[in-house]
Amino acid sequence: MSILNKEPNFANPDDFYEALIDMHKDLSEEQSHKVNARLILLLANHIGDLSILRTAMSDALVDL
Amino acid sequence: MTLSTATAAHYQNLKFDYVKPIEITQSTASTHPVIIVGAGPVGLSCAIDLARQGVQVVLLDDDNCLSVGSRALCFAKRTLEIFDRLGCGEQVVNKGIAWNVGKVFFKDDPVYTFNLLPEQGHQRPAFVNLQQYYVEGYLYECATQYPQLDLRWKSKVVALEQNESGAKLTVETPDGSYTISAQYVIAADGSRSSVRNLMGLESKGRVFRDRFLIADVKMQADFPTERWFWFDPPFHPNQSVLLHREPDDVWRIDFQLGWDADPEIEKTPEKVIPRVQALLGADVKFTLEWVSVYTFACMRMDKFQHGRVLFAGDAAHGVSPFGARGANSGVQDADNLCWKLAMVLKGQAPQVLLSTYGDEREFAADENILNSTRATDFITPKSKISQLFRDAVLDLSKHHPFARRLVNSGRLSLPSTYSHSVLNTPDQDLFAGAMCPGAPLVDAPVRLQQKDTWLLPQCGEKFSVLVFTDEQSVGEEIEKDMQSMPDIECLVISKAALKLKSTLCLQDHQGLLSARLDAQANTTYFIRPDQHVAARWRSFDVSSIQQAWRTATAQ
Repeated sequence: MSILNKEPNFANPDDFYEALIDMHKDLSEEQSHKVNARLILLLANHIGDLSILRTAMSDALVDL
Repeated sequence: MTLSTATAAHYQNLKFDYVKPIEITQSTASTHPVIIVGAGPVGLSCAIDLARQGVQVVLLDDDNCLSVGSRALCFAKRTLEIFDRLGCGEQVVNKGIAWNVGKVFFKDDPVYTFNLLPEQGHQRPAFVNLQQYYVEGYLYECATQYPQLDLRWKSKVVALEQNESGAKLTVETPDGSYTISAQYVIAADGSRSSVRNLMGLESKGRVFRDRFLIADVKMQADFPTERWFWFDPPFHPNQSVLLHREPDDVWRIDFQLGWDADPEIEKTPEKVIPRVQALLGADVKFTLEWVSVYTFACMRMDKFQHGRVLFAGDAAHGVSPFGARGANSGVQDADNLCWKLAMVLKGQAPQVLLSTYGDEREFAADENILNSTRATDFITPKSKISQLFRDAVLDLSKHHPFARRLVNSGRLSLPSTYSHSVLNTPDQDLFAGAMCPGAPLVDAPVRLQQKDTWLLPQCGEKFSVLVFTDEQSVGEEIEKDMQSMPDIECLVISKAALKLKSTLCLQDHQGLLSARLDAQANTTYFIRPDQHVAARWRSFDVSSIQQAWRTATAQ
């Protein structure tokens, strides 16, 4: 499917959010940027479909 | 004037009479079954629950008045159902402000709305807001109806020693001190529990470096009856604000202040009034009812049972206020503990049943602490990167449904499902839905003798069996079989009411009860006195029920 899913998709959203914030625990700001960039690249590769990724990119640019 | 019609001012000024205890006038050395320390919502709930089951109780409180300030405020559906059983649910609901809907704002914009009770067919709403002094007043009024409940004001516990058969307490009063013994002690004496301190025990966990201001203001306002939560609003930048409605035209506004705020200065009207005015607008007239600055911690004791002393409520565990999980979980502690304690005292169950109080409620405390810690971390991000993600979630939540699920302004109190409790009989048959062993029984509309009523008030206090059948002849057989178990209440549920001599026949006229319990013909549920599911089967079988009863009473 080549549509970006923006409906709730986590079995437990709070578990995910806690894991995300925990990942950054004890990191410097610079390290956090590095980790975020790596995480985006890992997830982007998992998604693979460039049209989905482009939609996500444009959604992320809204309301800056 | 009876208490139930009394005004807030009356409650706030109420001073209860201290009576010189008999132990001081004459030297007696009697041993009481249970002494409860602390006459707050949890201690009063325990005392009433035990008294209802015929247990003699002494309830000690170091003060002689009700809660100062509105404090707990939000009473959850499950707590209201427990109050129904204790006898004051109707009063709490009638006086309180019922609400189901919460709204979340980020800066100026509404980003998310949630409904905590999206379906019809429940007697009680998701929440009722009511000042704690009213709740304590209604519980107090219930408590005075039981001659076996001896409530002693201005009685401070200053020493405690225990052995294998009980505990001895030294109590200080205006007339001097005395000693009193009990087989069991319930410590419900709050977050700074003196019993816990006297025993050298600790409640441990995470202290949050943040301060919050509660301003209860009296005004005529046209905000809807909803919980409103702002992240970073223009009238209180970079912090959060929570608005709740209370009875008597009072509104609670909760302002996040940050760790560096000076609590003494922030409490002064000169500081509070401009903050409130910034939210309401300059023209709105209001008066301050109660102001408090607080900090909080998420913590608990390692064990809630220490020999003959059982800890309940804030004495045993503490949470942040975002989620209304403090008083609610304390009343649920009482609900869990008292049937077990009554059975042990009456010799109907072995002492080991009490250890399941600790197991089940420590599990519940962990769930409450997890939820309230996560909410607090979202509301007050601990690092720049955490703040970045929080704000990104709020930005995305304006447009995208997935992000709304991540917004956490407090996950509001729900009762725990004790799915791993040793008191459960694990399912052998296939069932769908949430009513697994350990779950709190869901409510549903039913008819009893052609009158509309609700399921939950029909069970509890004793063990109950719910059997679904539409056959009169099957109903008669069940009635006959259940005569061998007089301690278990039997309820037969059918689409059209059956006629049985001595068995409660409920009519599931809307089919909602069958749907919520995934029931078919002969489906049988076994329910604990605290209305949690203990077992369920697809057929009715007396020996299975007897076995489940032994399991649920730790025999």
